[in-house]
Amino acid sequence: MLWACVLLPQLALDGVMRRRENPEEPLALISGTAQRRVLQTVNPAARAMGLRAGQSLTAAHAMTREFATVEYDPDETERWHRLLAAWAYRFSSHVSLKYPRVLLMEVESSFGLFGPWPVFEARLRQELTELGFTHRIVAAPNPLAARMLANAHDGLAVTDGDTLHEVLAQMPVNRIGLPTEVATALARMGLHRVRQVQALPRDTLARRFPAAVLQHLDTLFGRRPMGLECYVPPDRFDTRIELNFDVESHQALLFPLKRMIADLAVFLAGRDSGVQRFVIHLEHVPSVGSVAPDTQIPVGLLSAEREANMLFELARGRLEQAEVPSPVRALRLQAKDLPAFVPTHRELFDDRPQQTMPWEQLRERLRARLGDEAVAGLGFNADHRPEHASLPACPNKPLALTHKVPRPGWLLPEPELLTEPGLRVLAGPERIESGWWDGGDVRRDYYLVETRNGQRGWAYRSVGDSSLLLHGWFA
Amino acid sequence: MMGAVVSLDALLDERRIWKGRQQVASVAAQPTGHAALDAALPMGGWPPAAMTEVLVAANGSGELRLMWPTLARLADSGERIVLVAPPYLPYAQAWQMAGIDLRQLSIIHANERDALWAVEQCLRSGSCGAVLCWPTKVDDRALRRLQVAAETGETLAFACRGNEAAANPSPAALRIAIDVRPSQLRVLKCRGGLAPSSPVPFTADA
Repeated sequence: MLWACVLLPQLALDGVMRRRENPEEPLALISGTAQRRVLQTVNPAARAMGLRAGQSLTAAHAMTREFATVEYDPDETERWHRLLAAWAYRFSSHVSLKYPRVLLMEVESSFGLFGPWPVFEARLRQELTELGFTHRIVAAPNPLAARMLANAHDGLAVTDGDTLHEVLAQMPVNRIGLPTEVATALARMGLHRVRQVQALPRDTLARRFPAAVLQHLDTLFGRRPMGLECYVPPDRFDTRIELNFDVESHQALLFPLKRMIADLAVFLAGRDSGVQRFVIHLEHVPSVGSVAPDTQIPVGLLSAEREANMLFELARGRLEQAEVPSPVRALRLQAKDLPAFVPTHRELFDDRPQQTMPWEQLRERLRARLGDEAVAGLGFNADHRPEHASLPACPNKPLALTHKVPRPGWLLPEPELLTEPGLRVLAGPERIESGWWDGGDVRRDYYLVETRNGQRGWAYRSVGDSSLLLHGWFA
Repeated sequence: MMGAVVSLDALLDERRIWKGRQQVASVAAQPTGHAALDAALPMGGWPPAAMTEVLVAANGSGELRLMWPTLARLADSGERIVLVAPPYLPYAQAWQMAGIDLRQLSIIHANERDALWAVEQCLRSGSCGAVLCWPTKVDDRALRRLQVAAETGETLAFACRGNEAAANPSPAALRIAIDVRPSQLRVLKCRGGLAPSSPVPFTADA
């Protein structure tokens, strides 16, 4: 087994930064009590201005006010952590969130799919960069070693036990995850490298330190197995973006929406599922003394999809139709219905190589603008009454026609009174009598008529009624 | 002296030169399914990847009979047929009897303004075999847009319009007027050649 450790050194900052339209803008995450606000993390632009993590906000403001601040939110960071786990789940079935800001994943069993480690690693790095997260990646034969080597290395790949011993022996004792007091004690004894600790007899170590220390070292060298809780992807997707300002136009909502949908696509790819229905909540600013209910924009699809651009375009279509009654403070995206994704069947030699948009995508685009009911099919229903002879969708196995009688290609939605003079009856009558069992009883005599200007119509006379009603055109 | 060099092929294609021996018509990519009409058209069928205007006195005067063979052929080859805002309800039984695989048929309900948008989307996407529409109040610019969209998506576009539109110029590659009495087709304009002067008989034996 080979374990990869993906260390995300600035997860909280990256999570905030990727939602901002201008990443060059100086930004600091702040935390601490109301009396003493402290800069938790700063981005490179802010660091260039002399801001440092750990500074108090007052001190920072004394230097400059030209930077944006965002409240550091541990829950938010946790959410990013989980989203990335969903992303990693695509590459490995063993993903662990045991350590904060770290993804541990077993990769050797995925080599068959993603290629040897250098290729695999390059892909992980590329996707993480695209997602906007800085990272360090180390691979080692056991998860703990991978985690601890990531403290000091980036891009290191150790595949066999001997090399692991050598590399670990070089590690400083305070970087291998030992409790602080143990690391300090070892340092005070003059043992600075793991190599020196390794040289000590086991029984002396066991006498001087708690049992956990030896266990930790054994696990580190792979002599003792390590139990890890595996990440299980949730059955639903829920994300929320709080906007720093009140938004009243659709345009300003599109950028955060795009990010959210990109995250949804990442999540879906990891689970190998698609989305059939999701809801965009617009959370409004409550006015004084009242509660503003969220505007909900449901986006429904006919089949499960997961392509980010397509989902975004559909959501955009729905969002632009929606009315925004009051300023929006936050956006939320919820997807509960996540059926398995079945890729559409494609011919290798398509007749239309230039086909830019498949029909499914076009259909969703039309439905997004014209309404859910706008795109229909046509099916043949075995009923003699013309009003009931069509279905709004065609069944997969269409009914075969049993009897071939002439029927008009066009049917009028409502029969119209035919009062025109000079009508010629070409054929008929044909009696259609049906429906006494479902209340839609009809008894009609149908005629094929020709109007004075030569059009051929299909008209009927109800039994016991002398007026002639036009019901269709033989076009 | 001739002012410009005209290639022989172009001259022959325009059919302004009478040739002693009738040349064998090349197999068209989009035959109409009506032998007499195919023979009268310069490409031997519908102009592919372009808009065809069908002009009728009133909806229901033979436009379906004209297009059904083509639609049936396209549906059989797995292409999608889209009707955008048809004037009446299509009667499933009749359409199926015309040989059209109803599974390939889609109907889009839209109002006048959205219908043009939907037609353009369908044409542009390139995922449809034929798109039928019934524009009523439409100007030259909108028609040109549809023509360009049909070219982009390499899709057959059919626009059914009233006879009164025949007087106005149109960017459509082919314009056919259907006369009911006597039953005949008049080709008003066809790209790539002169329109045949005599009408094409269009027998009504439906």
